[in-house]
Amino acid sequence: MHELSVCQALVAQLESVSAANGGGAVALVHLRIGPLSGVEASLLERAFPVAAAGTVAAGAELRILAAPVVVQCKDCGAQTEARPNRMLCGSCGGFRVRTVSGDEMMLESVELDLASPAIAGIG
Amino acid sequence: MCDTCGCNITDGNRFLVSPGGRLEQTADGRAAVTVLKGLLDENDHQAMHNRAHFDARGILAVNLMSSPGAGKTALLEATIDALGDPSRIVVIEGDLETENDAARIRAKGVAAVQIATGSACHLDAHMVHEALHRLDLEGVDLVFIENVGNLVCPASFDLGQHLNVTLLSVTEGDDKPAKYPVMFRAADLMLLTKTDLLAVLDDFDPVKAEQALRLVGSAAPVLHAAPRKGRGIADWVAWIEGELLAQRERVRAGATRRPTVQGEGARLHAADPKHGAAGHVHTHDHDHDHHHHHGHDHDHGHHHDDGHGHERRPGGDS
Repeated sequence: MHELSVCQALVAQLESVSAANGGGAVALVHLRIGPLSGVEASLLERAFPVAAAGTVAAGAELRILAAPVVVQCKDCGAQTEARPNRMLCGSCGGFRVRTVSGDEMMLESVELDLASPAIAGIG
Repeated sequence: MCDTCGCNITDGNRFLVSPGGRLEQTADGRAAVTVLKGLLDENDHQAMHNRAHFDARGILAVNLMSSPGAGKTALLEATIDALGDPSRIVVIEGDLETENDAARIRAKGVAAVQIATGSACHLDAHMVHEALHRLDLEGVDLVFIENVGNLVCPASFDLGQHLNVTLLSVTEGDDKPAKYPVMFRAADLMLLTKTDLLAVLDDFDPVKAEQALRLVGSAAPVLHAAPRKGRGIADWVAWIEGELLAQRERVRAGATRRPTVQGEGARLHAADPKHGAAGHVHTHDHDHDHHHHHGHDHDHGHHHDDGHGHERRPGGDS
């Protein structure tokens, strides 16, 4: 259950994103997570409120986009979806493949509440 | 204050959302910030710092991962004996509790720091950094990091190591790479351990274990060892020494190396591919040229249980 550690790292990032952009509360968080990253989206969702409690991200909504496992075949060139334990070309069945997507563990974007008191205080 | 007419935009924050400002405003009146950073950015930054520490001293750092009881500590004990000079090595031990493993290493005359992670299921770069401050790295060639026994979580955290070694003991089942693809994809070497037991186990096929490794997209070499019996240690130590030479070449060339998979685009490799173990340098796009589907025409994965060991160049396929 290293998802809590991952969420603590995420909350630290959210705090610095907020601080660098006016200090508003974090309302929405977009993540992109692939199955090869080693973290489980459902566990992140459960761990996030615990990690975010008492921070600028408390109450934020977490939206996790599941990145597919995609490989590109070095032989036939096809880009196809694969499974984590079957990294083969879906077109020709070859094993000489490059991982195009699937190992992402990425904070894509954040939406900050402009209406928060912290922001109002700036002016 | 509402999100429809824009009255939530004040003089204080207008610059953020005005045209050309840093942020865009969403339909419901929020500021949208594009971040595009890895979730473990902070850890990765610390890991880079640790790696720079190692590189500055020409040290090779190896992260050992496996399930609990696969024989990581026994492997280290045998490695220390085989390498001969305890002052060349330091060990960082990760466990939830106890100093037991560090005590075993210290009994061999090697400096060891035990990290008791409490309930954490993995080591991270910050824990390793703290441990490094408690070790004298003067004259050290090799830092072994024995991660928490766990086939899941440790794979996600870069510690600053150059190489990941994943141990698979033959009592565990030859389908482990298929069950734990993230862990086995992270391996720069898969080491089958307790291979002396193959004689009495009828349900572990080393060929199947290697096939499962290939199917998760790994070209990592496979070695066999039975550290408690002293078997296979010569091959393993030859691999380590070869990698140490490759690390020295990289340091001379001002380059470094991250373990397989972690941060794919960001890895740097030795400038001089003709050097022995530098042949182990992976192509960054995982160009797996081995021919696992039709047998044994490649040089990883054949057996050296008896430790007779010939010269081999693991990963020579890349």
